[in-house]
Amino acid sequence: MSYLGNIVSSVQTVFEGLTITFSHLFREPMTIQYPDRTPIPVKDTLPLRYRGFLDVQTDICTGCTLCQKACPIDCILIEAGKDPELGQRVMTRFAVDLSKCMYCGLCTEPCPTGAIRFTREFEAATYDVKTLVREYILNGEKIVPYKAPKK
Amino acid sequence: MENFITNMIAQCSWLQSLPKWVVVFGFQIFFSVLILFAFVAIFAMLAGYVERRVAGRIQSRIGPNRVGPQGILQSLADGIKVFLKEDVVPTAADPILFRIAPYFVFVGMFLAFVAIPFSAQWVISDFNLGIFYLLACEALVVIGIVMSGWASNNKWSLIGGMRSAAQIVSYEVPVSLTILMIVLWCGTMDIQQIILSQGPMPWHWHVFQNPFLFIGFFIFFIGSLAEGNRMPFDMPEAESELVSGYNTEYSGFRFIIFFFAEFANLYLIGAIVTILFLGGWQAGVLPEFFVSIFGAENPWIVALIKNFTQLFVFQAKALVLVFVIIQLRWTLPRVRVDQLMALCWKYLVPISFVNLLAISFWVVFVPEIGTKITAGVMTTFGAIIFIYFFYRVYWQLKFSKAKIRMNPFS
Ligand code: SF4
Ligand code: SF4
Repeated sequence: MSYLGNIVSSVQTVFEGLTITFSHLFREPMTIQYPDRTPIPVKDTLPLRYRGFLDVQTDICTGCTLCQKACPIDCILIEAGKDPELGQRVMTRFAVDLSKCMYCGLCTEPCPTGAIRFTREFEAATYDVKTLVREYILNGEKIVPYKAPKK
Repeated sequence: MENFITNMIAQCSWLQSLPKWVVVFGFQIFFSVLILFAFVAIFAMLAGYVERRVAGRIQSRIGPNRVGPQGILQSLADGIKVFLKEDVVPTAADPILFRIAPYFVFVGMFLAFVAIPFSAQWVISDFNLGIFYLLACEALVVIGIVMSGWASNNKWSLIGGMRSAAQIVSYEVPVSLTILMIVLWCGTMDIQQIILSQGPMPWHWHVFQNPFLFIGFFIFFIGSLAEGNRMPFDMPEAESELVSGYNTEYSGFRFIIFFFAEFANLYLIGAIVTILFLGGWQAGVLPEFFVSIFGAENPWIVALIKNFTQLFVFQAKALVLVFVIIQLRWTLPRVRVDQLMALCWKYLVPISFVNLLAISFWVVFVPEIGTKITAGVMTTFGAIIFIYFFYRVYWQLKFSKAKIRMNPFS
């Protein structure tokens, strides 16, 4: 009797399979159409403490170069020196080579003011690796280091 | 057409040197081929697109939606890409057979279109052995496939070709027996007569006439899938085992021809099943209805409207079947070779023999009224299955608690 049983079970299973696949035509697709057809930018869906590109808020940077020293692979370059016109120490360059950075976060830990920190940007694809060197002080600006107000 | 040809002959001097019947036949053949080729090409493109979209949704993906609005031009882009590929002929391949094999496949498919009636008048050739002719065309296709497998001089291609031959030879038996049932039932092999012996409504269709024809419908459908190398029987081109089967070594234009033949075959399966079991182009009162709506008087326009209505009814049925075939492809896994043969020789062939005997007895002994009763019962049964299908679909959606997205374009 397995002969008839085989026929019945194959008819039943094919029928059941067809109902399942047909019902899939009305289900929502799982696909996220990255990068250009997402409801909100993917960057904004990431967790707040995501380790993306580094960002430096230069107006609260104290120029202490602790981050530069903490980085195990020397991605960070800070050029600072005494400016004769202003008569005080200024920073002229603050660059992070994101192509070398491994997003370990060691630079953010010693920073006294939280000036250097991670953002949620992550799209680093580029045609030229040199564009991944991020300059935070542009146009030959001179940044006067931040000093915490005396209590 | 007559006037047009007379004009053509009057204008071209080289046509005047030929006898008139040559010119008339030449034009008829030329235009038939042109229309059919355009139809097959457009169908292949659209079916390729629809198949990929349906596959996408079935697998919780979206499918191609970037080329043109909603990806509708994707097939065109793929076609151009394949067309521009280098046309490679392997050094060790049989140079002549390798080159002509795709045309055998394509011509076999194409010849079958000649006998397909799209409406009461729109059929290229209506002759009294039509259904037999369709079977013969199928055999030409298998020659092309075996030829391409052999000529490629590649073991995957050869295995694919041999599998295809074995498959078609086996499944030809239940398919032919089922066609024989229909032939016994209507007493004719003429395709138009077979359609005329049915009617527009489901209870006039052959499939619901009696239980044996109902079973025959499924046997024929399964057998056609296997003959056409469609999933779940696409052993000749099983990607996971044979790279791509008999067309592994082909590229460029010859590959497109195989591709076209595959989709032409997809349509042919739908069309033949529609003709034999689902009432063909029979549209009932619809043509008269449309004629009265448009208030057409001119006999030309009346004929055009009638034929178009029938064409649409025919295409609607055939395309629903095409959709079912596509859905089956993404539902079922590929069967093993031994399962394939077991299905054919242990199940389909004996059942179709019993069916054939039963139909012969039915035709001889059961009176008209008996057929009417079974037609009513079977139609109700079919309707119940149809409704139960959608109930199950609803149940699946509810059971899985899936998010619903009715819009197919998203
Ligand atoms: S995250 Fe790590 S590697 Fe990157 S700059 Fe900071 S310390 Fe260097
Ligand atoms: S970013 Fe922070 S650690 Fe680095 S130099 Fe500025 S203040 Fe110092």
